Amino acid sequence: MSLFNVFNVSGSALNAETIRLNTTASNLANAESVSGDSSKIYRARHPVFQAMMNTSDAGFGGQDAATGVRVLGVVESQAPPLMRYQPDNPLANKDGYVFTSNVNSIEEMTNMISANRSFATNIEAINTARDLLLKTISMGR
Amino acid sequence: MFENIFGIHEQALLLHGQRVGVLATNLANADTPNYKARDIDFSEVLAHNGDAPLPLQITQAAHITFNDGELPAGELKYRNPYQASLDGNTVEMPVEQAAFSENNVRYQASLMFINQTIAALQFAIAGQ
Repeated sequence: MSLFNVFNVSGSALNAETIRLNTTASNLANAESVSGDSSKIYRARHPVFQAMMNTSDAGFGGQDAATGVRVLGVVESQAPPLMRYQPDNPLANKDGYVFTSNVNSIEEMTNMISANRSFATNIEAINTARDLLLKTISMGR
Repeated sequence: MFENIFGIHEQALLLHGQRVGVLATNLANADTPNYKARDIDFSEVLAHNGDAPLPLQITQAAHITFNDGELPAGELKYRNPYQASLDGNTVEMPVEQAAFSENNVRYQASLMFINQTIAALQFAIAGQ
């Protein structure tokens, strides 16, 4: 685990947080999407993060050091959709109901703030590692 | 004369450099479920290193050599969280950020000591 590894580790985290922000944007954009069929609604998507284990990095007595994070996949929320009585809506079913997406806007907003802060933290880690490396390169001058 | 010219700071610099990576990994996995935050026990690694200040004398080919070029294999330890998180993640952002900036300062301090040793040597060589 050298100082250069910080760029890989924090870079992977930036990538993962970007995917998280993208799914949040997609969820918020589709928060008001409706459908006449409860099985065809937009379902909220959330990424699943996993630590990447690197066994080749034997810097600490052969212990595997986690290096970075990856997005294992994107799962869809199984929360039930909201039913809304809108007989005027052309998408309404025969009883006059439409089904809205199961996106929870509050949850998405907090998710966005969390992703934003994690992103900023990782940028800071990269900047710090870069400063330290630059100072180390100019050692003895 | 110049064998151990930088004292502890040569090894301290390496160790702090490694610790930057470990702490950056913790920060990167702040949102990963079931990730356990880890850290290097600085004093333990240095104490471990201080146990054998003298190299082993080798009189036969079968004798094992003491590897003093590398840092001792310190153990990554798991951090005890102040408050456990529901998703099994033990990264606590403020703790990690504080440790990261503290480590940053210590790295730069070691670097400064090394730089000043080099400057002193250059002054002695040039004599002006």
